[in-house]
This record gives sequence, C-alpha cells and structure tokens, in this order.
Amino acid sequence: MAKQIEVSDLDAYYGSHKAIEGITMTIEPRSVTAFIGPSGCGKSTFLRTLNRMHEVIPGARVEGKVRLEDQDLYGASVDPVSVRRTIGMVFQRPNPFPTMSIFDNVAAGLKLNGRFSKSQLDGIVENSLKGANLWNEVKNRLNKPGAGLSGGQQQRLCIARAIAVQPQVLLMDEPCSALDPISTLAIEDLISELKQEFTIVIVTHNMQQAARVSDRTAFFNLAAQGQPGKLVEMDETSRIFTNPTQKATEDYITGRFG
Amino acid sequence: MTVQTGIQPLSFGRRAKDQAVRALVYLAFAIAIVPLVSVLWLVVKNGLKRFDLEFLTHSMRNIGARDAGGGAYHAIIGTLEQVLLASLIAVPIGLLTAVYLVEYGNGRRLSRFISFFVDIMTGVPSIVAGLFVLAFWILVLGMPFSGFAGALSLSILMMPVVVRSTEEMLRLVPNELREASYALGVPKWRTIVKVVLPTAFTGIVTGVMLAVARVAGETAPLLLTVFFTDSINEDPFNGPQMGLPLYVFGQSSLPQDIAIDRAWTGALTLILIVMLLNLVARLISWWRSPAKRG
Repeated sequence: MAKQIEVSDLDAYYGSHKAIEGITMTIEPRSVTAFIGPSGCGKSTFLRTLNRMHEVIPGARVEGKVRLEDQDLYGASVDPVSVRRTIGMVFQRPNPFPTMSIFDNVAAGLKLNGRFSKSQLDGIVENSLKGANLWNEVKNRLNKPGAGLSGGQQQRLCIARAIAVQPQVLLMDEPCSALDPISTLAIEDLISELKQEFTIVIVTHNMQQAARVSDRTAFFNLAAQGQPGKLVEMDETSRIFTNPTQKATEDYITGRFG
Repeated sequence: MTVQTGIQPLSFGRRAKDQAVRALVYLAFAIAIVPLVSVLWLVVKNGLKRFDLEFLTHSMRNIGARDAGGGAYHAIIGTLEQVLLASLIAVPIGLLTAVYLVEYGNGRRLSRFISFFVDIMTGVPSIVAGLFVLAFWILVLGMPFSGFAGALSLSILMMPVVVRSTEEMLRLVPNELREASYALGVPKWRTIVKVVLPTAFTGIVTGVMLAVARVAGETAPLLLTVFFTDSINEDPFNGPQMGLPLYVFGQSSLPQDIAIDRAWTGALTLILIVMLLNLVARLISWWRSPAKRG
C-alpha cells in the first residue's frame, strides 16, 4: 500500500512571492525521508504541496508535477480531498479536536467520511491507537476528551488519527518540536515501526533526529532572504551526514550556519 | 534617566498609583451595578403584587378600565410566538452569513460589502425595522397585522447581532483544527459542519441568546406590525396579536393604579422569560461541552 512519490520541477507561491523553486526528487516507498534546512527555506511549504494542503491558504498556488506512482496529483480531474485521504499529515503542534473524545478523535477521519458500524470503528480505533503506541495509556478512558492528554500523548493521538484512515503516505511537519525528549523518543520509535507500512516524509530541525530515523535526507537552502528555497541535494542519510557533495550541506550539518 | 540596578523596594509612587487605580476600578464597578440592581429590585418589588396564577392564565378581554384582575396570557403567548418565529428566520440566515464571511469570504469584495451592511443594520433604530415591515409587508403586499409581521421586523433586528457574534466565535476557532480535518481528507463543508461549528457552539448559543434577549423587549416595531389586542390570539399568522412589551406600554399609560400594577408584573414576566431562555441556553451548552465528560 505504500507508494512512491515523484516530484518534478515544482514551484510554490504565496500570492506573488515564490517560496520554493524547481524542486525535483523521488521519495521511496516504505522508507523515511527527512527534509532538513534552515528556517524559511520552504521545507514545510514543499511538504504541504505533496498532499495539496498548500492551496488551502488563500492566494497560494503550485506549478509543476507531483506523481504518486502513476497518478498526477495536480491533474485537472483530481479531487484534492481524495489526495489528502491518500496522503495523511501530522502537524507541528498537536491539534486534537477539542470537542471530541479520544475515541472520536481517532475515528474522526472515518466518521466524517462515511458510515462504519460500531464494531468496525472499535477495531480500527484500537488498531490505530496500538499502531501509535498509545493504546495501553488510554484504553480505559477512550470517552474522555482528547485535549486532556499530555502533549506527547496528544501528538501520538494525532498520528493514530492520521493512520486510522489508512493513507499510503504519511507527512510529518516537525512532529516532535513541541515535545520533551521522552515523548520524542516514543514518536521516533513509532516512525521506525510505521515505515514498514507507510511511506514517511518528515520535516525536522533536529539533525540528530534526521540521522536517527531517516533512510534518505534532503537538504533545502535559500540563496538569500526573500529568495525562493531550493533543494540543494538529496541522498542516503548516511552519505549526507558523512560525505555530502555540496559545500552548503556540509556547512549546515557541521553547524557552520543555520 | 539613570539605570537602576539590583532589586529595589516597591516605591511609594507605584504603590499609590496601584491603590488609586484599584479604587477607581472598584468605583466604576459599583456605579455600573447600581442601575442594574435598582431596576431589578424595583421591577421585582412592584411586579410581585400581581404575579399570580390569574395574571399568567387570563387575558384582558372584558376587563373594564376600573376592573381589577385580568392578565397577560395573550401577551405572553404573543411574545413567545413572535420571538420564536423571529429566531427561526434570523438564526439560520445569520449563521450562514457568518459562515460565508469567515470560511468563504476571504476578504473578497462581496464579503466586505456584506460586512459593511451588517454594521449598518446593527445601528438601524428598531422603529425603522417596524416601519419597513409596515410599508412593505402590510401596505404594499396587503398582508394583515399579525404576529408574523412582528416576527419579520424582529428578525431584521436579530440578524446583524447573530451574524456579528457568530462571526467572532468562528474566527476564534484555530486554523489548525480546520487543517487537521482537511488533512484527514474531510471536505470543506463537512469540516465546517462537524469541526468548526461544534467547536464554536457554546459561543454561538450565547450570541443567539443575546440577540433573543435584545428583540424580546422591543416595543416600537411591534406597535406598527402586531397592532394591539386584549384577546387571546394563538395564531401568529392571522389578526392582531399582543406582546409583553406592548402590554407593559399599554397598561402603564392608563391612569388607574391597578393598570400600573399590571404593567410592572408584565415587565417582571418579560425579564423572567428572558432569564429562563438564558438558563436553557446555558444548559444546552453545558450538555454539549466536552469538559462535562472529562
């Protein structure tokens, strides 16, 4: 069920401002791809173009191609809603629905999209929470509000919510930046497990994290403030961190800038 | 100016300023409370005299100018029906307008245009709303005086209040929740219905209740549209009705003490009705809030 993503010559705009330019890359299935780079270089923007969340912002648009296996995600006849159903997303700040219980949060994507029987839902919710390593902590209080959990638990709840709709790709936008080291470890372990089933793309500011969890790493940079961000290089994570081909990459990962 | 270093004791000047502002705040609070409490106290004191079963169950039909007794049943029925009808018209329109402004408008010309006119409508004097319905509904279209005509004029007054308060509440819903829902592959309209509106529900109910409270006490538009009657008319679509504000207005302009007493009791009843509606709204939002389960 995991699928490959191919991006070719992609530009993204906010109104007249070009945020990223000319990005071409291939994201392998059943692996973790990490995006690193200084703030404002367009990592998150690029991530959001992959499931058409970019265009939700008024004035934002995209030029170029994104293909999921043999489907063009930006084709004229493609429903962006179905793209987002296929490519799930986890955000920087945990954002459970405040009006819903833990159970309803996980079931939200299913309940809001179609009819499922109670027993079907029970099964999916349990599996998703187990998949997000949260089941043991919440199984006795599934009908309590999701907002009552700790930050790390909320983020795992959001991951459970995202995997409950059975996407093929999971995009994660700095999923650990608001969490403490213990919760971060829990999420990183989870990512390593999830890559058996999903294609995972993670944006991170933490280079140790990129080195720990990812198979391939892409380094983004921008020439100057106000210029569009570009993909500098992309390779096996071990190679990016030990023997990058570009000077900018080496400077960034060794902490000389950024 | 010299730069102070080290930890300083609280200076006399700051302490004095703190005390002075604190005293001002308490004074302002006390002044604001005086009219509120005195109105309530006066209405309760004067209204309790006739607040009995007869008042709540009888109309003014066949009650002569000097007769004691009589009641406001016809006015209570009228007010409840008129406010209910007005809400049925104004709340859906107001709610959908607010949803358009927040979720679909994006500062486009149409949304700025609507916003501007909602602001103007908020300032329309209530008698103008009554005049409009009188001129258009009753004189041009030839409809009779009725509770429904009154409800129409009340709904004109309600709509901008509902739009404004709902708009504020919808803007308070964090964008992350909308994005979280989109990212699950939920279409925009379902996101609005299932995520945005429930999150803002408590605030929207409060806004609607404020609007109801505002129009329940309107007298001027009713004078021109509902007309006036001493009899019970349970059909809001046919014939003149009564309303509690009209009842208070009518009774208080009579010279007899018994009539003045009836006016006070009518005012008390109106306040109680608004209070009851508020309580019901509080209950609904308490029942819907997730904190209850937590």
